[in-house]
Amino acid sequence: MPEATFLDANELILNMGPQHPSTHGVLRVILKLDGEKILGTECVIGYLHRGVEKIGENRTYAMFAPYVDRMDYVAAVSNGLGYCLAVEKLLNVEAPPRAQAVRVILTELNRIASHLLWLGTHALDIGAITPLFYVMREREEILNIFEAYCGARLTTHAFRIGGLQYEVYEGMEKQVKAFCKMFLPRVDEYEELLTENRIWKDRLVGVGVLTAEQCKQYGVTGPMLRAAGVKWDIRKAQPYSGYEKYDFEIPTRTNGDTYDRYIVRIQEMRQSVRMIEQAVDDIPEGPIMAKVGKVIKPPVGEAYVSIEAPKGELGYFIVSDGSTQPYRVRVRPPSFVNLQALDTMARGGLVADIVAIIGTIDIVLGEIDR
Amino acid sequence: MNAQVAESSPAVQAIEARFPDAILELRTDRGQMIVYLAPASLVEVCRFLKNGQQFERLAGITAVDWYPLDPRFEVVYLLHSISRQLRLRLKCRVAEQDAELDSLTALWRSANWYEREVFDLFGIRFRGHPNLRRIMLPEDWEGHPLRKDYPVHGFKYSYKDEP
Repeated sequence: MPEATFLDANELILNMGPQHPSTHGVLRVILKLDGEKILGTECVIGYLHRGVEKIGENRTYAMFAPYVDRMDYVAAVSNGLGYCLAVEKLLNVEAPPRAQAVRVILTELNRIASHLLWLGTHALDIGAITPLFYVMREREEILNIFEAYCGARLTTHAFRIGGLQYEVYEGMEKQVKAFCKMFLPRVDEYEELLTENRIWKDRLVGVGVLTAEQCKQYGVTGPMLRAAGVKWDIRKAQPYSGYEKYDFEIPTRTNGDTYDRYIVRIQEMRQSVRMIEQAVDDIPEGPIMAKVGKVIKPPVGEAYVSIEAPKGELGYFIVSDGSTQPYRVRVRPPSFVNLQALDTMARGGLVADIVAIIGTIDIVLGEIDR
Repeated sequence: MNAQVAESSPAVQAIEARFPDAILELRTDRGQMIVYLAPASLVEVCRFLKNGQQFERLAGITAVDWYPLDPRFEVVYLLHSISRQLRLRLKCRVAEQDAELDSLTALWRSANWYEREVFDLFGIRFRGHPNLRRIMLPEDWEGHPLRKDYPVHGFKYSYKDEP
């Protein structure tokens, strides 16, 4: 009898990325495989590291605001909101009610845009090409609203520290309302394409399961946490920017698999529309800027503010030494934390599922690497 | 010890009752509770907070460099309790010569990447970390960029050489 040959050692190391279309950017995943089965994964990140936090220490508070848009560029408005709220907390000011309402409208529109892009690319990864064309059509409408409001479509820099720079443009309410009315039936259309689709369910149900306990271990937040059955949303738990005024629900599921995360995000888009409709019907009159000096010089101290970004808890930890520049800016990006759970989700699964699992986390490498 | 501050937060009171020597200083800043811990008791306090006080989630670890003060670094732990809706900020001061703390990876798996990031950008090491390697920068990078004595353009390039 010959001894065990090399043929018995079936382990194969496979490199995926950083230039791979299904990693949504420059993520590199090293897979350890036994045939089709995944024995382990390791993420290599940092290909997009630009030292944003170091840049922040060398810019004034106002100058740094456009940089945060370049982190999660799919949800630039949310990033801007988080940063503005953190600096406002340092300054002890609050944006006036009118600014808060407009902030909610734009942030929720951005959440829809982010979820739409996620839906299109996630479906594309799995092999359904059609939804991408559908979601791009609706996302275009949202970007048109952004463009009409502040001139930019992707990296918007829509908000200013203390409120807004621009008044609501003429016809904005009408355009937003028209979008809401048009959009809800379109969500049903996506669901018709995917929700009960047999191939879609075969590829997603039971894939990449992350239980509530594991979510907490990894600090996972956002739709991933809610799909595992934990009803926690910062908009409800610690309301900011006037979210407590709006009536909405937190969609949750119980299985914590890829399919449930899809359902949760679809439901969240409907809830966002609900919030936008309430907010746009009742934009209070008044100023759009709080009293903030021309030179922003927060008193000595520190603040950690977190908001519910489309991908999860987006936190800004800013330390002020009383000068015009932040002493330290730390961003707690949701994708960075959520991506860490990839290994747990993929282990024991099939190599074909890794693409679905990366897609379901909804990562943006711009904010992971910063 | 600032008794008034401790009264306002049940979690801090609980730490104080269980580990009388662990809390070095208490501070509130804009309504946020900040607890300075003795580095030696960090892991024990965190274990108590996680298992006994329902702080089931570690929202982040980061550091602040107070160069040229001594001790130079402050490592910041952001704890969060979903069930109690509480947030708690723990801090440990670390000197430059002995920039080392105990790792929290055994308690929260999320600590793994957070600690790697702090190690990469600040050069603070974590005892007992299973995989303490650089995460953002290449393996052969020299220096730790978020230290205050690290120039923005790095050590290898100087604007003086430009014509």
